[in-house]
Amino acid sequence: MSVNKEEKQGFSRRKFLLRATIGTGVMLGIAYGSTPLIRRKIAGVANSAEAPYQGPTDDPKLWFEVTAGNQIIMHCPKVEMGQGTFTGLAQIAAEELEIGMEQIKVVHASSASGNIDQFATGGSTSIASLWVPLRQLAATMREMLLRAAASQLNQPVAGLQALNGVVSGNGKSLTYGAIVAAMTEWTVPETPALKDPATYQHIGQPYPRVDLQDKVMGAPIFGMDATLPGMVYGAVVRPHTIGATFAGADISEAEGMPGVIKVVLEEDFVGVVANSYVEAENAKRKIKARWTTEKVWQTADIEAMIRVGQGKDVTIQKEGNTAAVLEQVSASVITAEYFSPIGAHAQIEPNGTLAYVEEDQVTLMLSTQVVKITRQEVAERLGLKEEQVIIQPTFLGGGFGRRLHTPNAMQAAVMSRAVGKPVKSFFTRKEEFQNDTFRPPTHNVLKGKLSPEGRIEALEHHISSGDVMYGSPLLPRILQTVIGSDIGAWRGGMIQYHGIPNYRAVSWRVQLPFATSWWRSLGLLANTFAIESFMDELAEQAGKDPVSFRLEHLTDSPADVRLAKVIQKAAEQAGYQNTASNGRAMGFAASTDATTPCAQVAEVSLQDGKLKVHKVTCVLDPGLVINPDQVRAQCEGAIIMGISSILYEKMEVEDNELHPIIYGAYQMALLKDAPKEIEVILLENDATPGAVGEPPLGPIGAAIANAVYRLTGKRHRRFPLEG
Amino acid sequence: MPTTFILNGRPVTVQADPNSPLLWAIRDELNLKGTKFGCGKAACGACTLHVDGKAVRSCSYAVKFAEGKSITTIEGLSQEGKIHPVQQAWMEEIVPQCGYCQPGFMMATAAMLAEIPDPTDEDIDRNIVNVCRCATYYRMRKAIHRAAEISNTPS
Ligand code: FES
Ligand code: FES
Repeated sequence: MSVNKEEKQGFSRRKFLLRATIGTGVMLGIAYGSTPLIRRKIAGVANSAEAPYQGPTDDPKLWFEVTAGNQIIMHCPKVEMGQGTFTGLAQIAAEELEIGMEQIKVVHASSASGNIDQFATGGSTSIASLWVPLRQLAATMREMLLRAAASQLNQPVAGLQALNGVVSGNGKSLTYGAIVAAMTEWTVPETPALKDPATYQHIGQPYPRVDLQDKVMGAPIFGMDATLPGMVYGAVVRPHTIGATFAGADISEAEGMPGVIKVVLEEDFVGVVANSYVEAENAKRKIKARWTTEKVWQTADIEAMIRVGQGKDVTIQKEGNTAAVLEQVSASVITAEYFSPIGAHAQIEPNGTLAYVEEDQVTLMLSTQVVKITRQEVAERLGLKEEQVIIQPTFLGGGFGRRLHTPNAMQAAVMSRAVGKPVKSFFTRKEEFQNDTFRPPTHNVLKGKLSPEGRIEALEHHISSGDVMYGSPLLPRILQTVIGSDIGAWRGGMIQYHGIPNYRAVSWRVQLPFATSWWRSLGLLANTFAIESFMDELAEQAGKDPVSFRLEHLTDSPADVRLAKVIQKAAEQAGYQNTASNGRAMGFAASTDATTPCAQVAEVSLQDGKLKVHKVTCVLDPGLVINPDQVRAQCEGAIIMGISSILYEKMEVEDNELHPIIYGAYQMALLKDAPKEIEVILLENDATPGAVGEPPLGPIGAAIANAVYRLTGKRHRRFPLEG
Repeated sequence: MPTTFILNGRPVTVQADPNSPLLWAIRDELNLKGTKFGCGKAACGACTLHVDGKAVRSCSYAVKFAEGKSITTIEGLSQEGKIHPVQQAWMEEIVPQCGYCQPGFMMATAAMLAEIPDPTDEDIDRNIVNVCRCATYYRMRKAIHRAAEISNTPS
């Protein structure tokens, strides 16, 4: 349902926007992500829209709508993919707006009405990047409402107070909804002082997530669920081999298939539009697409490419002189190599888009982490202006980095234009597995030398990885030179034990013949697996307890102190034991990712020869916690996703095809594999919120490998352990 | 050839090809989107619904087999304004993350509880074999035990 035009007439939005555009004081400039300053505005609109949100499309840069029913609808520039961003941001906004949580509703901002993210949703940055600007916006909005109420009630602002969506004072009161309904002109004031954390009512509360009810009741909130009247289905033929270039297709047989409306043959792809999903897929199988490939790849070829020493190297971290220590003739250098496989995203909702191309406007509904870039791509392909392309993002059935490039939107739009109808098109599961933007395989080499006292004198970490950030449309080529190396590939690869006198980390870049990209936590999982396994190996050589050995190598710098605190707390909470007992053993590991340190203890056993993770203790310090329940949920999910990768997951290349192509064959953790106990302890040693969604994926791999070593004496340096 | 069955308590007739998957008839012809597509190969469980009370992966179940049967989807799990114990437990434990797999898990759980009212952990491990990429399994196990508890408590 869209905005009720009649009821809206009392509110002269046009006037407000006019004022907003000409007065400099009413533009609120904010910046977040890695984008330059982005200008935002606040608009109050007198009426609401009900779910599924379609909303007004003529308000530029809309953040908040106040409804007559005294609800505030927040148009969120970040997408909700399960990470709880909607809930956290709602709590932050409600805090400064002085409203109850039941009074705020969060919807995905449409590109038509405003504040779409100029970059992406990902990298565990959503809450951190909006922490200051969102509070400023909300506080400004509250101040606007207070002032409007003052004039409506004929009272001085100073005597009024805003609470639970009501402005009151001197025995009089008005709801926000009533204030907005009676208002014709707005002035945007200076941003008032933000609330004292001691007075927070919402921030820090373990509220249920705002989308809980919809998700439990099965509401149609995902891209896959979007519909438009007259919608038909499109199916695109996707390559099943590596490095395939489209070279045309024979479409004659497909054209005659039942239900087919049109076979759409383009320079770079071929697809078919039919009345139903089943008819489209059946017709697609009759298209004989031609592909050219240059070389036939096998897993062994890929493994041979991912080797430290090959490709271009960049030193990403350096302290002291590792070479001077490690290259001494007499030095007894300890070296170990670690490997990780190609990983698939395997999110359950396949990629797909509903596109409707009308004469001078395109409407797209899809699950994407990159609204802005998708819009650009579609506009460019159709020869339209960006403003003519409206993207209504939907809830994502999992993101994990898989939707940081969604060119399928462009294909759906091309097919819609060809038939003049709304076309929904999405990947089959096989196509997902074979056309994923994979987590690149890695090879890590660690070299260390211990002093006679058993302290690390020098430590070197070499990382060979396929691209993560490089090659992504999110990172223009020019920026590669500025950044100098692939931050994504070596994420988690820096040495965090700054008390080591000489350390160095080196990233070796390899370009693989298939797409590799972001995968939740990027290189953190594999790089921490290597470093933290090696720390245990060094501790053993030094004859020291793994926990105290780690602590010995931390300094009193703020970052090291935070890391030390999670390490100590995790060891204490888990009752960490260095030796196996009763057929069980514990493993320890820690990492710092994007300023958030995390330490974990995994407790494992072997049952009928199979590895079983019984308990994981996780101590995370993400700084200020907005919603402790959601942070815990992220830790639990990350831990089990990590277990899945460490125990089972791997893709292989056989005769140029990526395999497996289906769940099950691509083995993942199921309910039976999840630890029955996960204890999450949150420390808050920082006043601002930091990353949450990815950091807890760091330690889990090494924690398990270290536990297995204590249990069996076998040191695993390659995952998956059970693969 | 049309196919007639009971959907969430009401008789319906669909025109879909009798050999096509029931999933698409439910999603597109009957416009109930709570039953999800994840793989189309009976491998993930996102499309789980009930056929005469039994959990069925509807992406791999032909429309013709539904003839005369009683089908329940997530939209019909709670009846007469009373929330189903499984959905109530899911709310209490705040299980969903992205939420996409959750209807399938709740339907699989509800069908299991109808047969095994007080499941052990082993029962759960054996019967609930859907895939959740957000890996919400830890809370799911708790929610399944809680749902059993709610069901077994006389109201
Ligand atoms: S969609 Fe039916 S089992 Fe995956
Ligand atoms: S909640 Fe996201 S796949 Fe299960």
